[in-house]
Amino acid sequence: MAFPHRPDAPELPDFSMLKRLARDQLIYLLEQQHEVDKLYKVESKPALSSNEQLCFLVRPRIKNMRYIASLVNADKMAGRTRKYKVIFCPQKFHACEMVLEEEGVYGDVSCDEWAFSLLPLDVDLLSMELPEFFRDYFLEGDQRWINTVAQALHLLSTLYGPFPNCYGIGRCTKMSYELWRRLEEEEDGETKGRRPEIGHIFLLDRDVDFVTALCSQVVYEGLVDDTFRIKCGSVDFGPEVTSSDRSLKVLLNAEDKVFNEIRNEHFSNVFGFLSQKARNLQAQYDRRRGMDIKQMKNFVSQELKGLKQEHRLLSVHIGACESIMKKKTKQDFQELIKTEHALLEGFNIRESTSYIEEHIDRQVSPIESLRLMCLLSITENGLIPKDYRSLKTQYLQSYGPEHLLTFSNLRRAGLLTEQAPGDTLTAVESKVSKLVTDKAAGKITDAFSSLAKRSNFRAISKKLNLIPRVDGEYDLKVPRDMAYVFSGAYVPLSCRIIEQVLERRSWQGLDEVVRLLNCSELAFTDTTKEDKASSECLRLILVVFLGGCTFSEISALRFLGREKGYRFIFLTTAITNSARLMEAMSEVKA
Amino acid sequence: MDCYTANWNPLGDSAFYRKYELYSMDWDLKEELRDCLVAAAPYGGPIALLRNPWRKEKATSIRPVLEIYSASGLPLASLLWKSGPVVSLGWSAEEELLCVQEDGVVLVYGLHGDFRRHFSMGNEVLQNRVLDARIFHTEFGSGLAILTGAHRFTLSANVGDLKLRRMPEVPGLQSAPSCWTTLCQDRVAHILLAVGPDLYLLDHAACSAVTLPGLALGVSSFLQMAVSFTYRHLALFTDTGYIWMGTSSLKEKLCEFNCNIRAPPKQMVWCSRPRSKERAVVVAWERRLMVVGDAPESIQYKQLTIQVLLDRLVLRRLYPLAIQICEYLRLPEVQGVSRILAHWACYKVQQKDVSDEDVARAINQKLGDTPGVSYSDIAARAYGCGRTELAIKLLEYEPRSGEQVPLLLKMKRSKLALSKAIESGDTDLVFTVLLHLKNELNRGDFFMTLRNQPMALSLYRQFCKHQELETLKDLYNQDDNHQELGSFHIRASYAAEERIEGRVAALQTAADAFYKAKNEFAAKATEDQMRLLRLQRRLEDELGGHFVDLSLHDTVTTLILGGHSKRAEQLARDFRIPDKRLWWLKLTALADLEDWEELEKFSKSKKSPIGYLPFVEICMKQHNKYEAKKYASRVGPEQKVKALLLVGDVAQAADVAIEHRNEAELSLVLSHCTGATDGATADKIQRARAQAQKK
Repeated sequence: MAFPHRPDAPELPDFSMLKRLARDQLIYLLEQQHEVDKLYKVESKPALSSNEQLCFLVRPRIKNMRYIASLVNADKMAGRTRKYKVIFCPQKFHACEMVLEEEGVYGDVSCDEWAFSLLPLDVDLLSMELPEFFRDYFLEGDQRWINTVAQALHLLSTLYGPFPNCYGIGRCTKMSYELWRRLEEEEDGETKGRRPEIGHIFLLDRDVDFVTALCSQVVYEGLVDDTFRIKCGSVDFGPEVTSSDRSLKVLLNAEDKVFNEIRNEHFSNVFGFLSQKARNLQAQYDRRRGMDIKQMKNFVSQELKGLKQEHRLLSVHIGACESIMKKKTKQDFQELIKTEHALLEGFNIRESTSYIEEHIDRQVSPIESLRLMCLLSITENGLIPKDYRSLKTQYLQSYGPEHLLTFSNLRRAGLLTEQAPGDTLTAVESKVSKLVTDKAAGKITDAFSSLAKRSNFRAISKKLNLIPRVDGEYDLKVPRDMAYVFSGAYVPLSCRIIEQVLERRSWQGLDEVVRLLNCSELAFTDTTKEDKASSECLRLILVVFLGGCTFSEISALRFLGREKGYRFIFLTTAITNSARLMEAMSEVKA
Repeated sequence: MDCYTANWNPLGDSAFYRKYELYSMDWDLKEELRDCLVAAAPYGGPIALLRNPWRKEKATSIRPVLEIYSASGLPLASLLWKSGPVVSLGWSAEEELLCVQEDGVVLVYGLHGDFRRHFSMGNEVLQNRVLDARIFHTEFGSGLAILTGAHRFTLSANVGDLKLRRMPEVPGLQSAPSCWTTLCQDRVAHILLAVGPDLYLLDHAACSAVTLPGLALGVSSFLQMAVSFTYRHLALFTDTGYIWMGTSSLKEKLCEFNCNIRAPPKQMVWCSRPRSKERAVVVAWERRLMVVGDAPESIQYKQLTIQVLLDRLVLRRLYPLAIQICEYLRLPEVQGVSRILAHWACYKVQQKDVSDEDVARAINQKLGDTPGVSYSDIAARAYGCGRTELAIKLLEYEPRSGEQVPLLLKMKRSKLALSKAIESGDTDLVFTVLLHLKNELNRGDFFMTLRNQPMALSLYRQFCKHQELETLKDLYNQDDNHQELGSFHIRASYAAEERIEGRVAALQTAADAFYKAKNEFAAKATEDQMRLLRLQRRLEDELGGHFVDLSLHDTVTTLILGGHSKRAEQLARDFRIPDKRLWWLKLTALADLEDWEELEKFSKSKKSPIGYLPFVEICMKQHNKYEAKKYASRVGPEQKVKALLLVGDVAQAADVAIEHRNEAELSLVLSHCTGATDGATADKIQRARAQAQKK
């Protein structure tokens, strides 16, 4: 359990600096400048504060601007004057000011920026906390956050030195990378001559690998996220977990010693581990018996607190496990997983399709049904026309006609498409891919995105050996490869790509894979001289997921790190999972 | 050895001085200095001379000449003075020559005699004329103080940011003060003036009488006063030949000296050598010079930084010398060479006799891609000189496309600005340009421009989606994007319309658009939705309750739960709900109602398309084992074991599994053998397994 790192594994860089930086900036903005004493959540309802001054800390979104404008205008109507301050995070957008102006409140409001883009959620995990990134870029084609990403990378390189080896794949990755490079060039000298702390940076777009993100998670941390939703590194465990009438907010990170030992484990091992742990704990408590007074004093002052802490954590996670088991060990869940595995491996497609149909007919869950449809589409290079129609029809009947818009979104993002007759498509495709040079690319993506992108999952899976051949049972207690995060059935594509590129220190020999990923022009390696890089730093790798990453991917790469003596650090626009992906694509009635 | 000290003369008891010529002046003066207004800029800056014809009683008709020399007397400029009488000359910290006219108008010239601008010191000054003027330097810039004919002071602390301040009146002042100076205390400019034996300090609010600490008795008038360059020290010369030296705060006396000369000195100034702690006042009469020293002081000043030095060289257009100095001092490129080259380029673009191509090429050849050089700044300068084409040429050398945008917009090259903004990757910049374009172009042209720039288009669409829905529709219309138009109208059918007719109309428009987009599926689905919506409305009218916006499935379920089975059947037929769905739906609804009788009837209405296991499952979910068992017997052989286990009949499940000789089923049953009663069953299974292996 909780495999230790190899003794030569490099130290992680200190991210507390980022936290301090962000905190100090915010405190300065809130206290020094605006003397804030109470915080309210920005919701679509009137602010009840009677204060003379209102301060809004918001994402730069038009929706938020309209909300603020309506508040200001309501005050005006009521003849009330107060001061309004808007702090945009991480930056102000011209469009926002424009809306304030159009709503006639620009003069009443003063604006500020909080350039905060990197939140350390854990010792090895940085999040930009931009869940909207996924929909904005991959659905709407909105490139507004690319600048934010470049700025964040720039901040990292000023704090932790230059990155001697850079790899990337995906259009958004490429644009962000180029913008970042330009920033570095403009502010030449800042990072020059600094010793690199992190040897490699690997950037990838979420759409390079939708499949992994669409799978049900079975590693503890991922499962907790799927079941209870981890928000900003903490989770609200409801009464069913705490077995009391109150909810409990629990921080989930490496500080939680119990959690740290089970977070990367396949769920089937977790309960056994926890009960063993409980027995050990009991034994330690039991040592009290037969202690003399001095020993007892020692025990109470030194050990008891730690034991109690551990006790508390244990009971929380045991509660969570029970709750998960109630939901996930039922036959339904087993069959769901079985279907997913069948889709990944590409057998019994008809049976899986019927399963999905039944899932829809029984109205099991709109998000789950959608997820399975997408998984079927991507693994099969699109649905055959008959299924495409009938599944969609069934879905609309079950979950409401407004999802016609959802399907239009999914098609645009390439998540749910219709198989087109082979030859004609290939012709168009090759034409398109010739056109897809960087600058021309944008011009045609709109029209052809769903057409140009064939997922080619089956071929990629074969090339990269994503479905491990298993003789006998896969021992989930002693994982042998990254597939353990999906019960031994599938190696996450994203993680496999990272593994392969790191092994080669380039994309060499992966041309076919890159082509199948529709990224022929969009995969790059950028290596500088490594004379300043220590061998320790060269085993430290920053992986950047644009559009979100899942806990399963994090667990898989942590495993890979332990195997190879690397340490991985993660930077993501947000933590994601299948439900979040689907929700981002769903249209709900206004 | 004594040759080193040979030309040193004693000064007091412990100090010596010597005199030697540093360099001789190169000028060839036509006028005597005494007839001229003279102003020398600080730090060895240029010297301005203006023969002062207005001082003489009879005004001559000859226009005077304004001459500017370098500190070593090299002529820099010479121009005929055509404006009014000048009272005073002085140099600003930026080496601009300020010529204060009698009427209070101040003309500003560069050190090459190029006219820069003019400003007035106000009406009061105009009316009462300028009697005297002082240019002074503070950390905020160069200030100007005027004494008018009405014996009032007007002051501006920074001529670069002109704010006139009229100082308060000095009570009982009938004639001009015998001497005055500006002081700078607590970051505010004051005026110290002497009237007979009295001293007054003027600030912008009040006039206060002040006294000097430790002043000797018997003073009836102050003839001269001098403030040190740093405004820390002050010296006054009295009619008794007595010199008082102290701090300019007037709080402390540093020293005093009686020189026994009662004649008013021509000039009195503070001086000090660089790095010297000794300060001294030099007093000059017609034929006598006197140096008066004070106590050592520990503060040093190094005001003239290397940057200022370079600025001054640049101002004198001595670009090569400046660059050599930078290289010699090994200054970083950005602070040194690049900056000087940028200045040179800005000068170059002003050379109107050279063609745009030549200027642009010359600049690019010299500058290349030197770091820290902003081509857009140089281009802005070119545009400022009215050379738009040159500006555009220069902008092409600017590597950061984002930097090109503001100037391109200013020059009304908005379309070019748009592509540069897109190149920069800065979406905010793109949006800024879009708003410019939107105002500049007519709608059609604006849309056309967007059409060719997908990145800008999607950005603008996002904006429209929230803020300008009608524009969004127009955008789709223009592109014949019927698919998106359809989606647009579907969205509208939810958001904008409350009435059913309105919503149906919006859906109809959507369906038409989908047909145009050849998306038959979406068109049909939309038509179905229209039908459903109308029907839901009718159901609400006839049956009450809530139907509108439910999915088809939920509509039928609601009908069954409300006991309207006939209506439900009808709806299922009308919308061709597949059998399987209908069975799931009815099964769930009837179980929810716990209408077991109806459920049984339904199960026997025909052969179930979903099998009978779901019946078992749903009954068990409702904890009705009795009903569940009824259906367990009807479950097909493949799922029989599962069904029997569900209803808890482990023994029979075992029998079926054994009969099937199915290993998976056997282990499934075995895993259910938990209770003590199941012992026999478990044994039975093990025996069957053993037998199967034997065979």
